[in-house]
Amino acid sequence: MIPDPNSRPRLAPGCRLGENNNQRVLLMPERALRLNGPSLEIVERCDGKHTVGQIVAELQKIYSKAVPEKVQEDILGYLALLHDQRALDFDL
Amino acid sequence: MTSTVPNPLALIAELTHRCPLHCVYCSNPLEMQARANELSTEIWSRVFREASEAGVLQADLTGGEPLARTDLVDLIRAARAAGLYANLITSGLPLDEAKLAALVEAGLDHIQLSFQGAREDTANEISGTKSHAHKLRVLDWVKQHRIALTLNFVIHRCNIDQLEEMVALAESSSATRIEFANVQYYGWAFANRENLLPTRRQVNDSAEFMKREQERLRGKIRLEFVVPDYYAKYPKPCMGGWGRKLMLITPSGDALPCHAAQVIPGLSFENVKDRSLGEIWEQSSAFQKFRGEDWMQLPCKSCDRRELDFGGCRCQALLLAGDASATDPVCSLGPLRPKIDAMLTGINTAPSPQVFVKPPWLYRPNPA
Repeated sequence: MIPDPNSRPRLAPGCRLGENNNQRVLLMPERALRLNGPSLEIVERCDGKHTVGQIVAELQKIYSKAVPEKVQEDILGYLALLHDQRALDFDL
Repeated sequence: MTSTVPNPLALIAELTHRCPLHCVYCSNPLEMQARANELSTEIWSRVFREASEAGVLQADLTGGEPLARTDLVDLIRAARAAGLYANLITSGLPLDEAKLAALVEAGLDHIQLSFQGAREDTANEISGTKSHAHKLRVLDWVKQHRIALTLNFVIHRCNIDQLEEMVALAESSSATRIEFANVQYYGWAFANRENLLPTRRQVNDSAEFMKREQERLRGKIRLEFVVPDYYAKYPKPCMGGWGRKLMLITPSGDALPCHAAQVIPGLSFENVKDRSLGEIWEQSSAFQKFRGEDWMQLPCKSCDRRELDFGGCRCQALLLAGDASATDPVCSLGPLRPKIDAMLTGINTAPSPQVFVKPPWLYRPNPA
């Protein structure tokens, strides 16, 4: 799937941010993902308030030295991956 | 933690061996712990804190039936307070609406509900209990809560032809994950294996079905499928490798590297009542025994796959080869594969299994 820029991603039931020994993690059924740098910046914004478009714009600002199109492509890819893992729902 | 030993990631907390079901493939040991030997709420709470300090992220609260413990709400609260993800693995039988609400309120993250089939007659026969109808009610109650739900189906010869109905059941629920786990042949399942092992045709059909359904359900339900290793070419990386990821605590507090480790002679297990969980993980002789590669025999020792499957399952090696350090006998590169093949030949040349003729099951009883 390609996330709709106007949709608002939020963590699916049973998925939440956690922390262990100063490492942020995304906890989900039978799985956990370590979050660092951009992946943490993305997941922290999956709060049902930010739209996909807003997340892209904010990260393009944070990573202003990177090519903006590449930042967008990486974010959309990561959101799609989390969706396939059933870690995200997208509200329209 | 020392740098040589990786962190444990999940703690399997067997809170009790008591259970209203009598499943013929139960993963509990043949000798079960009585209620009087079960750890207290306080000790479990300490174990959860120590687990989190050792790097554990998830607590799998299981049994027996964890709801047989009257302090389950407190235990979930304790697991969450320790910073763990709280996962409940349950038959759903002792659950009612109020109890479920209390568990969710205490911080339960994920409920994994076991089903013994998609049809009432099969499910009740396998569990030795009238259990199926109540589980369907539980599915309705779970819909009222914002909580992750997995439907867990243990698959074997008598229910492997119901996969389509099982998926339909999951789709009618709020599940975001289905786990189809083929029976693993230890303990009660090993005793009942003649009547549980599927045929080769069933296994092939089911593998194709799983691939199709994973694609169809992508983004809706995560479908996970554990292949039956007797039919596999290579062994499973049992527990993700001995002492690498998982730690199991028995109802009385013994710390085991896997569910069945007690069948291996000569291993001695330390108890969380005597020592901290982190120390046991790093130093206990049972966890050291098959950690790494030093224990391996040929062909494992020189095999390119040894970092993929870690030589397979130690308990299966003991059960079938009589030597826990042997290559897992299901491995096609190992010397004992013909023994497995002979077993499968018997299953696959027998007249087609009559599901409605009740086999002489050995049911799992309840501890005192």
